[in-house]
Amino acid sequence: MAQTLFDKLWQEHEIKRLSDSQSLLYIDRIFLHERTGAVALHGLEAAQRQVRRRAHAFCTMDHIVDTFPGRTDKTLMPSGTDFIVATRHAAHDAGITLFDINDPDQGIVHVVSPEQGIALPGSTLICPDSHTCTLGGLGALAWGVGSTEAEHALATSTLRVQRPKNMRIHYIGEIPEHLSAKDIILATIAKVGAGGGAGHAVEFTGAAISYLSAEERMTLCNMAVELSAFTGLVAPDDCIIDYVNGRAFAPKGDDWNKAFQHWKTLHSDASATFDRKFEIDLTTIKPQITWGTSPEHSIGFDEAVPSIKQAATPAQAQAWSRALQYMDMKENSKLSDYPIQAAFIGSCTNSRLSDLRIAANYLASTSNKVAAGVKAICVPGSGRVKRAAEAEGLDQIFIDAGFEWREPGCSLCFYAGGENFGTQARIASTTNRNFEGRQGLGARTHLASPLSVAASACAGHLTTAEYV
Amino acid sequence: MRPFTVHTGAAVPLLRDNIDTDAIIPSREMKTVSKSGLAAGLFAPWRYSDAITRAKNEEFPLNQPLYSEANILISGHNFGCGSSREHAVWALAEYGFRAIMAHSFGSIFKNNAIRNGLLPIELKWPELEAIARWIESDPKNHQIMIDLKTQTVNAGPLGELIFEIDDQAKNMLLNGLDEIGLTEQLESEITAFENRDRKRRPWIYLTGD
Repeated sequence: MAQTLFDKLWQEHEIKRLSDSQSLLYIDRIFLHERTGAVALHGLEAAQRQVRRRAHAFCTMDHIVDTFPGRTDKTLMPSGTDFIVATRHAAHDAGITLFDINDPDQGIVHVVSPEQGIALPGSTLICPDSHTCTLGGLGALAWGVGSTEAEHALATSTLRVQRPKNMRIHYIGEIPEHLSAKDIILATIAKVGAGGGAGHAVEFTGAAISYLSAEERMTLCNMAVELSAFTGLVAPDDCIIDYVNGRAFAPKGDDWNKAFQHWKTLHSDASATFDRKFEIDLTTIKPQITWGTSPEHSIGFDEAVPSIKQAATPAQAQAWSRALQYMDMKENSKLSDYPIQAAFIGSCTNSRLSDLRIAANYLASTSNKVAAGVKAICVPGSGRVKRAAEAEGLDQIFIDAGFEWREPGCSLCFYAGGENFGTQARIASTTNRNFEGRQGLGARTHLASPLSVAASACAGHLTTAEYV
Repeated sequence: MRPFTVHTGAAVPLLRDNIDTDAIIPSREMKTVSKSGLAAGLFAPWRYSDAITRAKNEEFPLNQPLYSEANILISGHNFGCGSSREHAVWALAEYGFRAIMAHSFGSIFKNNAIRNGLLPIELKWPELEAIARWIESDPKNHQIMIDLKTQTVNAGPLGELIFEIDDQAKNMLLNGLDEIGLTEQLESEITAFENRDRKRRPWIYLTGD
């Protein structure tokens, strides 16, 4: 019977069917971080259980560590040190690989796991972090879980998983110039809805998607969770095999030959059926900036902020009204009317080398500087990204333009009680969530691509480079 | 885990769509490496008019005396979307909630809820609206009865409403089972899978094991 990519990955990892809808799946890799990982390791210890396969479990410090140069275990976040120290001890006691603060390869979990070859095409990977779906960009079946499920996976190398349905989002047409994977996924969420992927594994398909780099595919899949999807996937191809080859934990020698031959079989069969299908014409997508407090509140840069009477339902009208009030925005206004106080380039969505290159190229080619009154920060996703960027001189371009150049971590993607841009600051951000209070008390987050955030930082208001 | 069998209690409507886990408990309220001490941070952005002084926002339903006994929450589409933080479930449970009725749930939140004895109930939008209206008409006295075994919600004049739940999840909740303990009993099947899989995908099995 014809199978989707998701069906194949599910079947390969199914140990036992537990009910009509639930199976016991084998989990190939587990990644933890200091925000939620220590709780899972402590739970395991309290129940006198061991990590079943230590070589398959990894941990990094990314969520709570400060990103200032010269950082230590001390954090601006009150009690942040407790999380760092507890995680270090728990990871050490459990005997798992830890990318600690001073490790040259430390960084954001979803940046580190692909660049280390820990996440592999066709593998299952879980992490107590919702953006684990990022790794679907490599063709891995990867999804976020809570701490209790992470504990289950650590103890048993398995998870009991409710089988999601299949959804396909198919893109037609070519990708317009200046349009990034971030713009594509924001426009997709606006169309499908923040709850539109619930209960589904989403495969992104289309000729244009196969031209995206591994990093761009990760950006696309990163925000599958903002559709409330179980995960996102792109079928692995030669581009992905080249990306994985030679990485620290990737297969070598004979194993490599077997692995990549197998990965080439991982794609949906031509006659496979999907429970839900969407088709999106790429040529209609413009650079996106969000106006509201859900990632689905995304519009083309030159479109007007919607008016409440355009809402499809009373519930949506109520949500839009709340969002406009929180964001201090007016119906039918233009995004370019809104001055920003901050710009942030980073996060598991947009902190890889190609993201930094795009922003730096814009800054270098225009010689534009960060506008007065705007605090601009660039946070590379990992030590590897940072070193590669510095080798190309990108750090100096950012610094010369007025950006701060930081150490790797999640940083200002969310506010944990420490560093923030100021109460009610309006922020152009390459992150993935514009929820109320996400980046600070009353903070107003506008999600956009690295190019649009760099352009907004220099313009001092929301904009994109195409229009500067 | 605390079992869930039959529960009768007061409810509070919070009929908004896309209530995310950052709203349920913001990152700044997750102050210790622990599953407890989180109830004070529940819905902190909406419950308090001032994040520092914790001055109450009197308009927020949870702060109104009429809803002080509520232990069932009624919400809209996509409740618990966003971050995977299990703290959202721990905070709701510690505050006293035993069940959440919504049109749909964020999938990680739903999994977390089931594993902590907090029952996620999916109902149709008109049913939720009708229950919310009935609750609002007399929050102190209008109580909802939930029977997990029969998968029914009984809300006064609205009668009995049926909800769906996966058999495995239902069994875990009814009996308060430790899921890890259950899976450990399948160890021989897990090992047999690994022995087969190692031949097929040798590159997955890293040295040291």
